[in-house]
Amino acid sequence: MADLRSDFLGIKSPNPFWLASAPPTDRKVNVERAFRAGWGGVVWKTLGEAGPPVVNVSGARYGAIHGPDRRLIALNNIELITDRDLEINLREIKEVKRAWPDRALVTSLMVPCDEESWKAILARVEETECDGIELNFGCPHGMSERGMGSAVGQVPEYVEMVARWCKAHTRMPVIVKLTPNISDIRQPARAAKQGGADAVSLINTVNSIMGIDLDRMTPDVAIDGKGTHGGMCGPAVKPIALAMVAEIARDSVTRGLPISAIGGVTTWRDAAEYIALGAGTVQVCTAAMTYGFRIVEELTSGLAAYMDRKGYARIDDFRGRAVASITDWQHLNLNYVAKAHIHQDLCIKCGRCHIVCEDTSHQAIVAKLDGGRVFEVNESECVGCNLCVLVCPVEGCITLDHQTQGVDPRTGLAYERAPLPWTAHPNNPAVKAAE
Amino acid sequence: MPIAARPQGLSDVATARLDRKTLDANFSDLHPPLGPHEARVEADRCYFCFDAPCQQACPTAIDIPLFIRQIAADNRAGAARTIFDANIMGGMCARVCPTETLCEEACVREEAEGKPVRIGLLQRWATDALIETGRSPFTRAAPTGKRVAIVGAGPAGLACAHALSLAGVESTIFEARPKPGGLNEYGIAAYKSVDDFAAKEAAFILSVGGIEALYGVRLGEHVGLDDLRRDYDATFLAMGLGATNKLGLPGEAELENVADAVEYIGALRQAPDLTLLPVGRRVVVIGGGMTAIDIAVQSKKLGAQNVTIVYRRGEEQMKASRFERELAQTNGVVIRTWARPVAIESHAGVFSGVLFEDTHEHEGVLAAPGSVFRIEADMLFTAIGQRGALEALDSAGVEVKDGRIVVDAERRTSVPGVWAGGDCALGGEDLTVAAVEDGKRAARSILSALGVAA
Repeated sequence: MADLRSDFLGIKSPNPFWLASAPPTDRKVNVERAFRAGWGGVVWKTLGEAGPPVVNVSGARYGAIHGPDRRLIALNNIELITDRDLEINLREIKEVKRAWPDRALVTSLMVPCDEESWKAILARVEETECDGIELNFGCPHGMSERGMGSAVGQVPEYVEMVARWCKAHTRMPVIVKLTPNISDIRQPARAAKQGGADAVSLINTVNSIMGIDLDRMTPDVAIDGKGTHGGMCGPAVKPIALAMVAEIARDSVTRGLPISAIGGVTTWRDAAEYIALGAGTVQVCTAAMTYGFRIVEELTSGLAAYMDRKGYARIDDFRGRAVASITDWQHLNLNYVAKAHIHQDLCIKCGRCHIVCEDTSHQAIVAKLDGGRVFEVNESECVGCNLCVLVCPVEGCITLDHQTQGVDPRTGLAYERAPLPWTAHPNNPAVKAAE
Repeated sequence: MPIAARPQGLSDVATARLDRKTLDANFSDLHPPLGPHEARVEADRCYFCFDAPCQQACPTAIDIPLFIRQIAADNRAGAARTIFDANIMGGMCARVCPTETLCEEACVREEAEGKPVRIGLLQRWATDALIETGRSPFTRAAPTGKRVAIVGAGPAGLACAHALSLAGVESTIFEARPKPGGLNEYGIAAYKSVDDFAAKEAAFILSVGGIEALYGVRLGEHVGLDDLRRDYDATFLAMGLGATNKLGLPGEAELENVADAVEYIGALRQAPDLTLLPVGRRVVVIGGGMTAIDIAVQSKKLGAQNVTIVYRRGEEQMKASRFERELAQTNGVVIRTWARPVAIESHAGVFSGVLFEDTHEHEGVLAAPGSVFRIEADMLFTAIGQRGALEALDSAGVEVKDGRIVVDAERRTSVPGVWAGGDCALGGEDLTVAAVEDGKRAARSILSALGVAA
């Protein structure tokens, strides 16, 4: 049986599944329920500075995108940081850590962007004996209007500055949580590293409006007739998060910087993908908020079964293994040729491959409608784009097969040719210039 | 012959075998309609196929992928419009079409997983709300001054009248019965069309306007084909099949409780109170088509204890679909094949049972080895097919073959200016959906003949 134990910045947890800083981790009662269910750790919902508590709306604070069967595809929220008294939170964090010493307990923080504020809160958090802190530079709604959250995360200089203050004023590990609402995720990640942060976690929520109510003419989740943009999470954001995690994992400056990955983790497979991109732990929120804490049983058993199947004894055995395969477009082999192949025995004859190729791509799937309704790939036109594979309702019915023998009827060139990236391609003006 | 309640022991035919509540439950919807969420989920199962096989399998070529996509996108009225554009009786067809041998058999999910998209129920979901309003969503073209006579207000007649009306051609429908709808109103099993749906649908179709419907007017009795040809620009014959086939055995006509299934179903459909309908404790049905199944199942639902269908050939040759046969069996009906009646028996002048002989097929011909058996029963229903009552056409010279009117692909008869469709025309499939298609095609041909743009 695979060993799922995790050691992230020296923070140990029985498995790499942490609950992200969010409503599920706002209070002792929730966190203890999570630990009893088997979660490896939590990032306690973001604490603010001492003083009058934050005030949340008292109406709908979540919106969603549903599939037809009401399956939740994405969630968004306009909830602020914790609206509970700082002292209560600190006391509960201390109690929970004492009661659950084997679990990871990281505290998320967001205070005004001045050194004294950070210094003050850090001292208080250290007293709880929690395992580390996560700097919330991510939330795109509410707090950002007050100069916190993503208002900080979108300015790399601020990220570096605050990270530096935190490292200076605490011995706890510092994780910087990054906002995806920025054009180049490497900039804040580099800044975090530059400021001395021990790790980054990403992504925070994606700025979003989930829909418009066409009868009321308001956002479809509105408070007294008005709505605002919120932060989106859940399965829909996973591809965005994967791309950002990959950028940081392979960037020459941030390579090796520990990553706690966040974004739409719903099953063990999602988690394994992030780990393959170098993540040390994964954080989960939407799946728990959709199904409850018990999903961790599937996450741990699925991940362990995968590792057993592959012969990975520990998480580190496959962590980061996919990073080297991610590159820039210009390095892709332009002499590689794949073509679609329709396995007729699996075909249910819906014809979607044909119509999408005909209407929107390369007219490379022929429909033979007389006597039998057969769809066949015309290799003289097929560019191997994969669209037919993706729209086919039957898994495995259409495959994209690497061509190695003979001549490509589309180009007249041999299939078997030496790899040729754009950087060396004769059509690349830069190559010509260098000659 | 009339059906009469008889004292138990001699022959047990009685009313109110079941209480009203049980009868109401028995005759409720065979397939309950989908709810909004079910419709959304089911609609999402559709793959929106290219050149969709379901649409090709539909006799009226309803754009099924489009209407299902409209349902999925919460556009129920648009979905209904897509259906009605191709089939103005899309509501009834959603209830009575043998979808398992048409659209749903062709559905690619049938091939993929043996569970087709429930197209019939989705079609019902789309059409129900619009029909409930009783208002047509269609707009008629300006009147052309042309007028068409239509004989019969069944599916073919109504579909033809509707299509003509949209093109600005007015029509007069001559209907022998007191209500429109034809077999939808008088023939289809009650549990397939509950809540007076046939009448609602007819009202919905007629609400487009430009259609005058005269009831209680029978061709050959109150009006002649020559009159129609003289007074109208075209005539469409859609009077259905007016007569039923007989066994030709002694007692069939005279004995009480020996009944024609079609007539009995008509009475059942029009009965204001099902507790007033007499039914035997033991019922035997002779026949192998949908009518045989319908009468057998409805007898059971009225409270008959033993119901046996006897068919002279094998199950595969029965015209009733496999789905219908299974419906009968799950309702407790026994289906006996390879036997034909040789005598209707009576005791003291009261029907008491049927003597059958076993049959088999020898070189394509039905033969009997000589063995016989008796089924004792309190009621006998005959359901051995219908034929046209077309005597009224004789004088006009309309070509008739096998008891049905001969038509070409455009539904033209041998007589200029006269079209025919639905069950009375040769080559039909005896389905509502096929009759609607006939009406549509005839209308198109009539419009073309009259020089009116469709």
